[in-house]
Amino acid sequence: MIDLFVRALPLLEKAVVVTIGLGIGSFVLGSALGMLIALARISDARPLRWLAFAYVSVFRGTPLLIQILLIYFGLPNYGITIDPIPAALLALTLFSAAYLSENFRSGINAVDRGQWEAAWAMGMGYWKTLWRVILPQGLRIAIPPVGSRLIALMKDTSLASTVTVVELTRVADQLGATTFRYMDMFIIVGTIYWVINQLLTLLQTWLEEKLSRRYQ
Amino acid sequence: MNPSSSCTVRVSALAKAYGANQVLRNINLEVARGEVVVIMGPSGSGKTTFIRSLNLLELPDRGSIEICGVALNDPATLPARELRRKTLQIRQQTAMVFQSFNLFPHMTALQNVIEGLISVKGVAKAEARERGLALLGKVGLAEKADAYPGKLSGGQKQRVAIARALAMDPEVILFDEPTSALDPELRDDVLNVMRALAAEGMTMLVVTHETRFARDVADRIIFMEGGHVLEDTTPALFFGAQGSERSRQFLGRLHE
Repeated sequence: MIDLFVRALPLLEKAVVVTIGLGIGSFVLGSALGMLIALARISDARPLRWLAFAYVSVFRGTPLLIQILLIYFGLPNYGITIDPIPAALLALTLFSAAYLSENFRSGINAVDRGQWEAAWAMGMGYWKTLWRVILPQGLRIAIPPVGSRLIALMKDTSLASTVTVVELTRVADQLGATTFRYMDMFIIVGTIYWVINQLLTLLQTWLEEKLSRRYQ
Repeated sequence: MNPSSSCTVRVSALAKAYGANQVLRNINLEVARGEVVVIMGPSGSGKTTFIRSLNLLELPDRGSIEICGVALNDPATLPARELRRKTLQIRQQTAMVFQSFNLFPHMTALQNVIEGLISVKGVAKAEARERGLALLGKVGLAEKADAYPGKLSGGQKQRVAIARALAMDPEVILFDEPTSALDPELRDDVLNVMRALAAEGMTMLVVTHETRFARDVADRIIFMEGGHVLEDTTPALFFGAQGSERSRQFLGRLHE
């Protein structure tokens, strides 16, 4: 297996960058969009709440694979053609935003109501309260589910292989086909996903420790 | 406190219901500058809802509130923007101390005290720090400036919360059962800080069951029940033998 790994290395090196790029990229963009959706979900404006609810319902309620295929193969029917990597990034972002918005919302809702009241009583407005008092606490609460979401997202990038993005899974598939050593190739690539996610888990644990230690 | 102003709290015909439960019925009250008014009453009497409606944490259904010249008539009927503006004005005149402290757990004691100075009043950080340290000193917690609330006892938390209230330079401080969540042996530290504030002439409205504090410090006692003010009297009369039958019953039960 080592010989195969060494032979595949040049391709794997490029593919791992694409996989991590898709995972982190869609996580960052999805977090930004997810935060906006979470804020809409808890807003006083009913239309905003309804829109956010509908968004989550659609993008969480349909398979990611369908969303990717729809964006890459479906949209060209309407004259919208997107390259494979942007198409995959877009689908992963829209999909993860739905989940992340729920993580953020539950984090914000977990902050004691008294925190809002204390800030309001001293004359802070809604946004200032959110920014200075609620989000620092709510996001800390949301770290474990958000970390899990990042790890899931890293694995979900493998679906980008279906729209010709040359990431880890596609490289494994291609090299497996040319060498007839599918078993070895998928074990190699599976191990790479696992290593990436172990590193992310360590990062999450470190972040949790660091932030909770400050409270004590 | 601004000694040149004559700040009063004026409440008239205040009413509030949660569904079918009429929590406040036609409350009328006037509090002069520098007065300490203790509000007592059995649970469910509306006293907490009343004190929370003074800074609009509860929105009254009807009635008017005036605090230091900022007047709100029938706040529930005001346009949202007007209500927000007036609410902020009233909250600039008042500060609140909560039963459950509500300190910000992600900030140190000092950061809690100066948060409002920095983010509401726009005071420069260095100056805010200096004022914050002085206020922590005043409540006897200068050495805890860098401690997070998680490391403080309940009594210490509440004293930080009082320092945080004072930092905003309020005309009136509203205390909502400030010692109810504390072990009896921790209450005195908080009550002593409140006594000192009263002696300095701070206008205070205090919802509490602390009869000794009420007797010693209050200028007036408001006794509430069923959303009404049943009595508005002096501590001497309220706690004396000539108190009403209902209040004697209430006090009797408090001491059981």
